[in-house]
Formats: sequence, structure tokens, C-alpha cells
Amino acid sequence: MAAKFEKVKSVEKEHAIVDGVDISGDWNRMFEQRVITEYTPELIEKVADIPGAESFANCYQCAKCIPVCPVDIVGNYGPRKLYRYAQTGMDLTEAPELWLCTTCKNCLRVCPKEVDMIKIMPAAREQAILAGKFVPAELQQAFENTAKTGNPLGQPQRKRDAWIQNAGVTIPIIKDLARPVDVLWYVGSYPSYHPRGIDAASAAARIFSALGIDFAILGREEKDDADSQRLAGEKGLFEMMAESNIATFNNYEWKEMVVTGPHELNAFKNEYPKYGFNRPVSHYTTFLARYLDQLKPLLKHEVNVKITYHDPCYLGRHNGEYEAPRKLLEAIPGVELVEMQRNRENGYCCGGGGGGMWMDSFTAKHTKMRLSEKRAMEAASTGANVLAVACPFEVSRFEDAVKSTGNEHVTVNDILELLDRSMRGEQ
Amino acid sequence: MNIVVAIKHIPSIADDLPVKGNNVDFDSVDFVLNEFDEQSIEQAVLVKEATGGTVTVVGVDMIGELDGVLHLALAKGADKAVKITGDDPAADSHQQAKWLAEAIKGMSPNIVFAGVQASNDLDGQIGPMIAAHLDMPYIGGVSSVEVAGDTATVNKEFAGGFGAKYAVSLPMVVGVQASTKPPRYAPISKVRQVAQTATIEKVAPSGESSARLTMKKMAPPVVTGHAEMFTGSSKEVAAKIVDLLKSKGLA
Ligand SMILES: Cc1cc2nc3c(=O)[nH]c(=O)nc-3n(C[C@H](O)[C@H](O)[C@H](O)COP(=O)(O)OP(=O)(O)OC[C@H]3O[C@@H](n4cnc5c(N)ncnc54)[C@H](O)[C@@H]3O)c2cc1C
Ligand code: SF4
Ligand code: SF4
Repeated sequence: MAAKFEKVKSVEKEHAIVDGVDISGDWNRMFEQRVITEYTPELIEKVADIPGAESFANCYQCAKCIPVCPVDIVGNYGPRKLYRYAQTGMDLTEAPELWLCTTCKNCLRVCPKEVDMIKIMPAAREQAILAGKFVPAELQQAFENTAKTGNPLGQPQRKRDAWIQNAGVTIPIIKDLARPVDVLWYVGSYPSYHPRGIDAASAAARIFSALGIDFAILGREEKDDADSQRLAGEKGLFEMMAESNIATFNNYEWKEMVVTGPHELNAFKNEYPKYGFNRPVSHYTTFLARYLDQLKPLLKHEVNVKITYHDPCYLGRHNGEYEAPRKLLEAIPGVELVEMQRNRENGYCCGGGGGGMWMDSFTAKHTKMRLSEKRAMEAASTGANVLAVACPFEVSRFEDAVKSTGNEHVTVNDILELLDRSMRGEQ
Repeated sequence: MNIVVAIKHIPSIADDLPVKGNNVDFDSVDFVLNEFDEQSIEQAVLVKEATGGTVTVVGVDMIGELDGVLHLALAKGADKAVKITGDDPAADSHQQAKWLAEAIKGMSPNIVFAGVQASNDLDGQIGPMIAAHLDMPYIGGVSSVEVAGDTATVNKEFAGGFGAKYAVSLPMVVGVQASTKPPRYAPISKVRQVAQTATIEKVAPSGESSARLTMKKMAPPVVTGHAEMFTGSSKEVAAKIVDLLKSKGLA
């Protein structure tokens, strides 16, 4: 049988003898003049020169980050590609790509060179914002709302505690209580204002009450944690909110803080310490998992559903909590828990982190589908009829996504709502 | 080109608006930039970017809280900030317009911007009164301004979707309803940086003028009346609405 390709005839041109050993190789193109493509490193250096964004220049193009980047799965993205785009002419501080990263941390998990988008993105975005470059209008609105009204939704501060009227249990406000409490519950902006967030907050209040926990909230004195605004590049706004919140937190006596949302957890546990706040904080799933023995007898009603749980990036990858949410769900009688293919450390981002929450229309223009839609489809493909979440950003995102992908049969619930349902039965 | 913008700080309504005596309890509210002034600052900065010159923002500091909005204006692109130390929370629009006009006169302005109104008193008179004191033409309800040489081309909005384009010889006073482009974002880091480094020129109030109106009483609106919710099928509800409109002589 004739060979498909005729073997290239090698020509020996030179001999190199080292310690008596002839190590000469066959003639190949390495010995000839080659066309060399020069790439300018300027646009890579422009990013890497920004304090905090230095690791951008570390990338050696191995591409491990690409298959795990949630934005690449619905588009064309990831640190390796950003580096390559910069090499071939993209100024990251002016490109739409600057705004697509959700700071989900999946690339950093696998990157051998520790190219750290969690530091690169806020630094590069801050520079773009300070230089008056393009900022998505929706994001700008969220910044302005936070600065003016203390929350990204633009709701009045005086209505921050309005939700407690309808929770069905007494929710003490620490200022009125005028005594130390065991638990300061930081409710958060979405659980205070968004109708579906209020559902979860009300459920949390009922659970804390049923467990006999001595808790109180800050009410109208609470302001947004602003961690996502920081990751979206507004460090000044973050610092302003952090100073205000820390002063409020320190005004009262309490033993530990519980937060409804993973972004708040990240803020108070990992970022506020840089501004002098160093006190115990846990996410409600971690906190309630500690009360599992007292909680189980309260979960009297069967909730006969097949649940798949979505790991929030800022609870899981950023703060290492994977098991508590699952333990809580498994404690509910009747529940069957199934996993999506991407779970725990490799959980798929809902698209809400790093300011993505407020750039939905902008991101949609640069991706094939929303990240939340991709995840809703993954959830539906497990056969689950409930998608359980533990982040206040997610309920509204996923409720839209199950509808837009034709998966209305999948209900989206915060774990708090499911625990509450088991505690009280169908209402 | 000397561009001057009159800006005002007003109580934030993000919090409760407490009343003390016959006015807002100024000690227990936060102050924010009047939203129309965000538009006029943007319009002024756009004109500066197109023609060159300096933007000076000026306001009456009625309760010692004006610096915050002056810093915001500087962060958004204004070059100089001036505050008139009025220190009288009850000064009316006539008095404020006189103080502003006296201060602006010395700035030899080519064009003066004011927001079309302030959302606290909804008086809408400061712009026209400044123009009268300075003896300059005034156009309010403006949605874009372009300056070429000594002439400004100004778009003004009228009711019913009508608009008109004016060519006006400078100097003039413009009441801005909306700027040509949406107001730019001033990052908080920049505002905080400005707050630490900027100097604000202080000017003593000069000139007397007052509408001689006295505020007799201020009170939160009394919640009255009630809403009736119609129930039933959409046909039944529609029939009830028609009946109601007929009973009120509206259908
Ligand atoms: C993007 C990029 C561009 C580069 N450009 C240049 C350039 O222009 N000029 C230049 O001189 N160099 C360049 N380099 C560097 C150079 O090509 C390589 O680093 C070098 O040739 C690899 O040698 P090493 O001994 O470090 O290999 P290693 O990375 O240590 O090993 C590579 C090989 O060894 C095998 N191996 C590793 N461990 C074991 C083991 N325990 N047992 C058996 N096998 C093992 C691996 O499977 C692999 O085949 C570049 C590298 C990168 C990534
Ligand atoms: S994993 Fe790290 S080094 Fe590899 S391509 Fe991605 S960013 Fe570059
Ligand atoms: S942090 Fe997440 S979204 Fe951003 S580049 Fe890395 S993997 Fe992609």
C-alpha cells in the first residue's frame, strides 16, 4: 500500500558533538530563517501595570481556564482568551469584555499560573470607571442607587424594614430592643426589598423564631454590603458603604452575625476585615446546619419534590461551603436530592456575581444565552422539579431563566422557603 | 468661555422627611443634588468639552451641607466651586436668586445654567430671576445646548411633543430640563478624592430681595380616601368600572 504522504527527506547539515556524543538533529525549519510574528506586549502590560492586576501577565496560554469559564460556555471568553485578545489589539479597559467576567473564580481554581481574575477585574474596571470610559448604563444605575439610597434597587432606606410586618413572627430591631443579642441577622438588600427575597427573609425569620434563637436585625440602619459593586469596579462606593456598615455593626452588642446572602458573607468575612471589622460571620446555611438536631423535629411535613441544588460561587468556591446547604435539604422529609453535572467546586455561575446582577441586558448582547438560562437547562436536565438556591440574587434570575428556556415545571426556591414549607406544611 | 452652573442641594427623600416647626427638620435629613442640576452640570461640561473654557458651580449654602454636592459637581467635570454662605434655611427663591445673581455677576459669565426646577419647592423661578437680575435672555425647558462663537443653539421642549430651536446671542441663562447626553457617572473614589483636595471659594451673600411670603405650616400629606378593589370576572369588573365612570359623569 502506498503511503499517503511521501516521507520528507532529511538532509543533515551540521554536526554537534558533545562529550563525544553526536547530538545533531535532522534538518528542520528551526535551522532556517522563519517568519516571526511580533505581538506588542503593550496592551497586556497596560492591564498588568494596574495595581492588583499584575497576574494578568502570568498567563502562558495553557487554556485550562477556558472549559471551566461559565462565560465561555455561552460565548467566547476566559482569561486565556482575554490575554490573547490583548496581545492582538484589544484594550481591556475599553472593551465590552471588561464587563463580562462574573468573578466566579472557576478559572483561578485551575490556573497553574494563578492568573487571578478576582483581583484583575475590579482593578481594571476601577481604572476604566475613573478614566470616564464606557460603563454599562444598568451598572451605573445600580452604583448611583447604592450611593443615594443605600441599596442597588433604588428603594427608599426608610422602607428597608417594611417587610417585617407580614412575616408572621416578631422580628426585633436591635435599636428598639436596646439590649445585647446572640445573633445579629444582616438581612441584605434583595431579601429586604425584592418580593421573592422577602419570601426567603420571612421564612428565615420564622425558622429562627421556631428555633428560639435570640436574634435581631438592623432595620433601617442596614445598608448594602456593596461587595458586588466593589468587584464591578466601584471601590470608593464599597469603602463608603463599608465604613457606614462597620460603624453601625459596632454600635450594638451581639455575639455572632448571620447573613442571608453569600455576597454579604464574602464582604464581612474577607473584605471588611481590611477596614477593621473582625467578628464572626456565617451564612445562614452554615449557621442552621449547626442547629440540625433541633431543626429536624420541626420539619414535620413531607415536601415530596426532587431537588437539585445550585452552588452559589460566593458560598462555594469563594468561601468553601458546599455541605451545609445539602445537609439542610437532606433533612427535609420527602426530598430527593440530585446533583447537576457541574456541582460543588465546579459549580456553574448564575451570572449574578461581580456586578453581573446589574448587567443582564448588556451581558446578553455579548453571549449566546444568559448564564442563568444555561444553568436552568442543566437543572431541568436532572429531572428535578425544584431548583434550590442559597443566594438572594438567584431566585429572580432563575425564575426568569426557567420561563425563558421553557422549563416552567421547575420551581425555584431558596433553601429557607423549603425548610419553612416543611415546618409549616403547604400554605 | 466662562460657564456658570447654579446648583442646589435638597433633602433626600430616601429617608423619612421629618417636619420641625413650619419647615423640614434640616438637622435630621441627608442632602442630595437636585436631579435637574445633574442635567445642567452635564450640559455645562459638554459645552466646555466642545468649546473650551471653565465650568464654575455656585450654590447657596443654606444649612452648611453644600460641600457634598459641590464635590460631586467637581468630580463630574466642573473646574471651580463657589458657595454663598447664606446660612438661612428659610431663604426663599427670590432671596436666593438675588444672592446667586450678585455672585455670578463677578464671574463675567458667557452662559449660565440652572436646573429647570428643584424637586423640593418646585418653584422653578431661580433661572428666570437670575436672568432678570443679570439682564440676560432666559430660555427654560431646554433639552440641548450647542455653542458656536457668540451664539447658542438651544432646543426647548413644549407640551404635546413639540419642540423649538432657538439661536440666542450670548450671554444668556438656560434652564435645563435634560442634557444632550445622560449625566456621566462620578465614581465615589473620585468624589472622595475631590473632597480631600478641592478648595471651595466662599462668598458672602449680598443683595436683598424677597417674595415676602411666610411659610405658615408644613405637614406630611394626610392619608385620606380609600381604594375600592373590584372583584369578579373581567367582564363583571369592566361593567363595574363603566358604571362608576357613568355615575361620575365621565362616560
Ligand atoms: C507559551 C510558551 C512560550 C515559550 N516560548 C519559548 C521561547 O520562545 N524560547 C524558549 O527557549 N523557550 C520558550 N518556552 C519554554 C520552553 O519551551 C519550555 O519551557 C521548555 O522547553 C520545557 O522544558 P522543561 O524541562 O522545563 O520541561 P517540563 O515542563 O519540565 O517538561 C516537559 C516534558 O517533560 C515531560 N515530563 C514532565 N515530568 C515528567 C516526569 N516526571 N517523567 C517523565 N516525563 C515528564 C512532560 O510530559 C513534557 O513532555 C515557552 C514556553 C511556553 C509555555
Ligand atoms: S489557566 Fe491560567 S495560564 Fe492557563 S491559559 Fe488560563 S489564565 Fe493562562
Ligand atoms: S472568574 Fe469565572 S467568569 Fe471570570 S474569567 Fe474566570 S471563569 Fe470566567
